[in-house]
This record gives sequence, structure tokens and C-alpha cells, in this order.
Amino acid sequence: MSRYRVAVQVVPRRGLLDPQGKAVADALHTLGFGGVSGVHVGRHLVLDLDVSDEETARRQTREMCERLLANPVTEDFEIAEVTAS
Amino acid sequence: MKFGIVSFPGSNGDFDAYQSVVEALGEEAVMLWHKDHDLQGSDVMILPGGFSYGDYLRAGAIARFSPIMREVVQHADRGGIVIGICNGFQIACEAGLLPGALLRNQSLKFVCAPIGLRVETSNTIFTSQYEKGQRILLPIAHGDGRYSADDETLDRLEGEGQVVFRYAPDALEATEAYNPNGSMRDIAGIVNGAGNVLGLMPHPERAVDPLLGSTDGLPLFESILQRVAV
Repeated sequence: MSRYRVAVQVVPRRGLLDPQGKAVADALHTLGFGGVSGVHVGRHLVLDLDVSDEETARRQTREMCERLLANPVTEDFEIAEVTAS
Repeated sequence: MKFGIVSFPGSNGDFDAYQSVVEALGEEAVMLWHKDHDLQGSDVMILPGGFSYGDYLRAGAIARFSPIMREVVQHADRGGIVIGICNGFQIACEAGLLPGALLRNQSLKFVCAPIGLRVETSNTIFTSQYEKGQRILLPIAHGDGRYSADDETLDRLEGEGQVVFRYAPDALEATEAYNPNGSMRDIAGIVNGAGNVLGLMPHPERAVDPLLGSTDGLPLFESILQRVAV
């Protein structure tokens, strides 16, 4: 059994209206960052898992995302990083 | 007829629902704790408004795993009547009882106001006592009410007559922005394919007495009674 730290990113699905991202983009434009062409605000989750190997950590995390951490109707997720700790 | 009303940690519409059933309708109601496993013989289940689990992760996402939800889903699968109001609508979507999802209001603002709706069909368990096309006024109070689904789902909902309430300009407001949250196709409430589960963002249980400013919520409850009485 090893401990893995898994970082997951959950973001609104592209193409769906993202008013929060738009509000942040507008604020960045106001600050003078005119080069910002889009912002998407999502969630970053960090999980500590005690499992046998990295593949299991990834598989379980995907399942967690599909069943709870992301809404399959409106969000996409990505496992950003898996590190043994 | 017995109504079962679920209290989740963070529910705030549960006692409004209780009072509307007991005082306005004169029917029996029982308050059920979210950790219960027994619907106590309830004929109609109400998932009330509020902020279950503080809306953590997503509105309704945690509440759908409350112990009682297993029984509520079984009740729905058996054809039992379920009404999800506001947060209850969000929970019903997360639990898979209804298609789609409710996202942050387009304005990013919490909106608390009476709002004009159009009854899209009187051909449901929940709307037989309304006229099709009838304009009604119900209060809303939510920050995450933007109904969203893919085009295929929206087309199916419309094609099968499952869109029950839409945000609509009433005569007084003319062409003001009448859709308070940016919901796709102005959808405010839907039923499932079998027609026994209703989800809606407006609060019919807060419009059952003239003192509340509207009695337009009463026919919804009376429709259910009518159905069972037949």
C-alpha cells in the first residue's frame, strides 16, 4: 500500500455559458490585461489515496470524478498530477 | 393523502412545504430526517428548497447521497410522486431522477423575487388544475437556477411535453428581462418521462395564501389531490 497525492481539475464544459469565467475575464481586461481572450473558473481538488499502485490511484480517481466530483452533464475533469508521497 | 417532506442539513423550505400542505391544503404531512430509511407511508415526497450541505461541491451533489434518497429514488421508480423544489430540483437532477443540471445564474446574482411563469401543459399530475398557457406568479429565491442540458435532451423534453413551467413576461413587465437566471429555453420546471417526478426552481409552497402575495401555487398541490381522488 502506498500513498499517492492526486490533483484533479474540474472545469465547465467548453461551449457552455460560463458567466463566472466571463466576469473574471472582464475584470482582467479592466486591469489592463487586454491579451486575455478567455477565462474558465473550475475547481482544483487534491486527494490523498492509500492504494496499491499508481494505476489504481488513477482508476479510482476517474471513477470518483464520474460519480461525484464532476457533473457529467456540465463539467469536464482532468487528472493533472499523480505523485507518490 | 400523506406528504413526506425531507429535511436535509441546510434545508430552509421544509417547514414552508409542511405549512402549505397542512394549513393551506388540509392534508397530512410528516417531516422526515435525511438519515431516515422509512418514508412512513408517504404518498407524495417533497424535496424542499434550501442549501443542503452548504451547496458544497455543487448544489445538491452531496444531498443525493443522503440515506433517505435511496428510498426516495425507489419510491419514484415505483411510480410514486416526487416534487423537487429549488434545491430539491437540484438534488433530483444530481440523483438522476430528472435530466440536466442547474448552474450558477447567468447574472452571478442570487435572485429573490416574484416571477412570471407560463404553464406549458395541463396534462400532468401536477398541473391539471391550471389552464395550458396560464400566466402565474410564483416567488423564486436561488443563485443556481440556470437549467442546462444538451440540445438532444432539450428537444426531447419539449417534444414529449415534459417542460411544465417556463419563465415568461407577464402583462405588467412587458419585455423586461423575464428569464431570471439564463435557463436554456426559459425552462423553470420539468417532469420526468414517466410524469411522476416534478422539478422546479420557483416555490409553489410559498404562494398558497393571499397574505403571501400569490395563491398561484395552490393549484399545483390541488392537481395532485385531484389525481389521487379519481
